[in-house]
Amino acid sequence: MPSAINRRQFLQLAGLGSVGVVFASALPGVASAAGSEDFYFVQLSDTHWGFEGPPNPDAKGTLRKAVASVNALAQQPDFIVFTGDLTHTTDNPVERRKRMSEFRQIVADLRVKNVRFMPGEHDASLDFGKAYKEFFGATNYTFDHKGVHFIALDNVSDPRALIGEEQLAWLAADLKEQRTDAPIVVLTHRPLFDLMPQWDWATRDGAKALDLLMPYKNVTVFYGHIHQEHHHRTGHIAHHAAKGLMFPLPAPGSQPARAPLPWDPAQPYKGLGFRSVDAEVAQAAYEITEFPVIRST
Amino acid sequence: MMTSRRRLLYLAAAAFALASGSVGTYVMAQPRERVIRIQAKRFSYTPGELTLKKGEPVVLELTSADVMMGFNLPDFNVRADVVPDKVTRVSFVPDKTGTFIFLCDIFCGDKHEEMHGQLTVVA
Repeated sequence: MPSAINRRQFLQLAGLGSVGVVFASALPGVASAAGSEDFYFVQLSDTHWGFEGPPNPDAKGTLRKAVASVNALAQQPDFIVFTGDLTHTTDNPVERRKRMSEFRQIVADLRVKNVRFMPGEHDASLDFGKAYKEFFGATNYTFDHKGVHFIALDNVSDPRALIGEEQLAWLAADLKEQRTDAPIVVLTHRPLFDLMPQWDWATRDGAKALDLLMPYKNVTVFYGHIHQEHHHRTGHIAHHAAKGLMFPLPAPGSQPARAPLPWDPAQPYKGLGFRSVDAEVAQAAYEITEFPVIRST
Repeated sequence: MMTSRRRLLYLAAAAFALASGSVGTYVMAQPRERVIRIQAKRFSYTPGELTLKKGEPVVLELTSADVMMGFNLPDFNVRADVVPDKVTRVSFVPDKTGTFIFLCDIFCGDKHEEMHGQLTVVA
């Protein structure tokens, strides 16, 4: 696996647009890098498979194009994460499962087979995650990769947008096993902070999770839900929202109501895309590079 | 023990006071809460638009016609679960003017994201 710097140079040489932005921990403590190795992963989010409507005339093609673009990355990522809303919601449980089956079939074409899924409220909030679990397994879990501890938090299976006391206790127990300087990445769907509660861009008990995470120096959160790139800090904890792959949403509070931004025929797929995240483990820094749905090179 | 005549005079005075509203002066001096009934039904609130006066205490009586809903008015830190077959009351005093969103914050179906309303607070 090339170093992050080499990969950055590669992105420049390949003409893939601007170099990613590096986000490092706001705290000076650096994690012990013993046994660690830089790597990168890809985040896709809010694919909303099953959506139909004017905001995306290529609703049935966008995900496939994104899969092809990820597969075309010259250096394949160590793994891929989908941070929720894999499918668009439906009241019909049969249709819900059909959409999940189709989604799973499409993303099976990814060259990288280490793929981590997470639910969004569209997948899980109408049946407490039942259908999601049938297709994709647990809705919250942890894994370790090359010195980084990843925590997938479920803030959608409870339709009240709650993580819930049981899962918070699970999180607390998991964190107790970590060093306070360990590099920790939290993957979740909704923002854990009150980004825009008026648009349902919040997790009702997200502050409890952040309280548990605060003693840890190197925590970074990657999430979805808001269908746009967004960067925020709560204390030293960085939060990075990803673009979606069905329709973009307006900037928080930029218009009276939350509604999909209209499709621009002159710039198809504008506002949609995926990202790569280069982990520089010893620095607990993450370089984010945004990619469009269709790569020009 | 009142005499019959004194009792009669007392009752007459009380009746006059009631009719003239003077007995109610104490009650009227308190800020009276305005009661507004709002029904939630997938995927709208009725009424969907409210206008309130700044400083006027209000009680919202919330009901649901079908499933459990949320009522969230974040700008005034007002929220409640709205349970079917039950009246849920929330009270608050609008302390600022402007236009604000209230929304269902319990995912209730495939058009849940369209379930919101608007509160206007005037001076």
